[in-house]
Amino acid sequence: MSALRIQQGSTSHSAYDLRDYHAEVIEKHTLAVLVDNEAGVLARVIGLFSGRGYNIESLTVAEVNHDSHLSRITVVTTGTRDVIEQIKAQVGRIVPVHEVHDLTVEGPSIERELALFKVEGTGNNRIEALRLAEIFRANVVDSTLESFVFEMTGTSEKIDAFAELMRPLGLVETARTGVAALARGSHV
Amino acid sequence: MTRQMTGAKMVVQALKDQGVDTVFGYPGGAVLPVYDEIFQQNDIKHVLVRHEQAAIHAAEGYARSTGKPGVALVTSGPGATNAVTGLTDALLDSIPLVVFSGQVPTFMIGTDGFQEADTIGITRPCTKHNWLVKDTDKLSETIHQAFHVATTGRPGPVLIDLPKDVQFADGEYTPPAKAKVSHYQPRVKASIEDINNLVALIEKAERPVFYTGGGVINSGPGASQLLRELVDATGFPITSTLMGLGAYPASGKGWLGMLGMHGLYEANMAMHGCDLMINIGARFDDRITGRIQDFSPNSTKVHVDIDPSSINKIIRVDLPVIGDVGHVLEDVLKVWKSRGRKTADTSAWWKQIEEWREVRCLTYKPSETVIKPQYALERLEALTKGMDRYVTTEVGQHQMWAAQFLNFEDPNRWMTSGGLGTMGYGFPASIGVQLAHPESLVINVAGEASWLMNMQEMGTAMQYRAPVKQFILNNERLGMVRQWQQLLHGERYSSSWSESLPDFVKLAEAFGAKGIQCSDPKDLDDAIMEMINYDGPVIFDCLVEKHENCFPMIPSGKAHNEMLLGDASVEGAIKSDGAVLV
Ligand SMILES: Cc1ncc(C[n+]2csc(CCOP(=O)(O)OP(=O)(O)O)c2C)c(N)n1
Ligand SMILES: [Mg+2]
Repeated sequence: MSALRIQQGSTSHSAYDLRDYHAEVIEKHTLAVLVDNEAGVLARVIGLFSGRGYNIESLTVAEVNHDSHLSRITVVTTGTRDVIEQIKAQVGRIVPVHEVHDLTVEGPSIERELALFKVEGTGNNRIEALRLAEIFRANVVDSTLESFVFEMTGTSEKIDAFAELMRPLGLVETARTGVAALARGSHV
Repeated sequence: MTRQMTGAKMVVQALKDQGVDTVFGYPGGAVLPVYDEIFQQNDIKHVLVRHEQAAIHAAEGYARSTGKPGVALVTSGPGATNAVTGLTDALLDSIPLVVFSGQVPTFMIGTDGFQEADTIGITRPCTKHNWLVKDTDKLSETIHQAFHVATTGRPGPVLIDLPKDVQFADGEYTPPAKAKVSHYQPRVKASIEDINNLVALIEKAERPVFYTGGGVINSGPGASQLLRELVDATGFPITSTLMGLGAYPASGKGWLGMLGMHGLYEANMAMHGCDLMINIGARFDDRITGRIQDFSPNSTKVHVDIDPSSINKIIRVDLPVIGDVGHVLEDVLKVWKSRGRKTADTSAWWKQIEEWREVRCLTYKPSETVIKPQYALERLEALTKGMDRYVTTEVGQHQMWAAQFLNFEDPNRWMTSGGLGTMGYGFPASIGVQLAHPESLVINVAGEASWLMNMQEMGTAMQYRAPVKQFILNNERLGMVRQWQQLLHGERYSSSWSESLPDFVKLAEAFGAKGIQCSDPKDLDDAIMEMINYDGPVIFDCLVEKHENCFPMIPSGKAHNEMLLGDASVEGAIKSDGAVLV
């Protein structure tokens, strides 16, 4: 029998579905999910993503309404339009999930991430790092004679760009919070 | 109206308040307080199974045959892990279950205590929802919530993990009426716009087909009634998945038979050739669709489902209708009637269907010397037709033959493991069905290999005098595996023999039940009648043709119109790209 020739990646969504997903465009979406703040709820959401083979680019979670015990999970995910629709429907049917909002399609939204960068170096590199930090409006939150820790808030792209510039200047460690996002305007 | 009581007592009280009459379970250290409460009352009957997997399947059988949620009780650790297969089975087939598991006391959680398992973690992906209750005051409300979640929207299994100290502690009991309503309230009524659009499609379709599934049965007997009314009034043909058999009667004039991998030729061809497909409560499972790209290429597709995640999951549909089947059918009928009960002329379509029927796809080579499995089921059907009959099955060729050759006139009469395909399901399920319907004839159509997977339940059947009939089509093979090896793996029958089988007659007798063996077609009718007439559990060892294949068959990776009809064309039936599919 001839070897199985199965296109790589063609079964990423479901083993039974040999549609070619490369033919479709991969989109990036930011979802805001309001959930009951109960034990294990994050595990349910993450388990759903891993169990069904969906991507997580970033994920943040915290309680946002103490009185009603609601937490907000912000997930940045990628997939074809069909997969994104599936993700929303699947997340929506988790019992403690109250609402799922696709901020990417529901209108303009703001996304912010916080990052900490440790940059080691002396001499010109150190001066250059400090200069760039100023341009990017990063704050120095810790400093020794050989190092800085910069704190920066911004879009993920801005943080990526800053990290790229710091790399040759002695970037040794990075911590990022992942994306928090809200729809613009007065409505909720 | 709240009362103080122990957590263990609350469990029993909540079950009573939820109208539960039967619990399937198995005790152990971590659930002893609940067992103690069960001992001290008579309203709820506890059925002691012989393995926790069987408790869940029995509860499934109970649920599917009554429409009520099934309830099971298991201990911590191994009790809970043994339940996992049953929970997964119920999740895939959308069967409402409420399962209680014992847990080590709250202060020991996380210490690898004796019989501790992370039951919530293990069962999270195989339940619709689960709860670890750490506070006795919250227990009763959680139980009421569990029944709500299990039975609302798309039904499914839920689990409540009960630490032992929570069972002993006192707390306040909240009755169902006082329990907080859940925010979990899936939409049951579809938008009127969707209904109107669906009716408009019905009015002009020339080659329509209804494709129905387990969702119709889950929606309740009323939904089946409405389906019959709509199908008969429109005169459209109807096919069903394995899960949906009985929602529309097999004797109905629109009935095409089951569709899918081992479905009928006329049903699959109608799916392929239709111009309007109305999916009601089915989910475009891969057993149904065959090759996605060629699935019903020229049809407008409507999908009625209560679960939005089923929409466009596998097949892109033109008109999604999100709502409960019963509500949707009621609205469709109302609107369709008010608009004048219009349909297009479907006579040419029916003529085409009649031609497909002429193929007589279930034809098999009869034998005077060996019992053909199909013949055994034909005789079983003929001899039990019209009886108050329930059928469960195991998984394999016998299951598909049962679906092909037995006819179901009513919903809730047919219990089979569809989504998970769990060998070992049928026997315990038959016990669950029988205990819910003590006077009815309950038959488990089994394969010898599947049956052995939960054969310990003979003890349960005997103890509770459940006169279940175990109709084993014994081909001494893992028949379905063998068939695939023949079609796909060059007849190399790797481990698909059922070696060292027991003497089933002696096995029955060892448990105090009746054993019957039959190998001659001429004796079959009498033997079946003997089985039916015996007042008690029977193991019927029906020795059948060993290398019979189940046809029709859509090989994996093929389209509906590429069905294999008989032994002739099996060589190289599955191409290499279909071979990865199961
Ligand atoms: C628990 C479990 N293990 C393995 C399988 C794979 N499997 C599907 S059908 C089958 C053979 C069943 O044999 P038998 O019960 O004798 O039925 P037959 O096909 O011979 O009618 C097997 C092993 C399964 N479905 N379930
Ligand atoms: Mg067999």
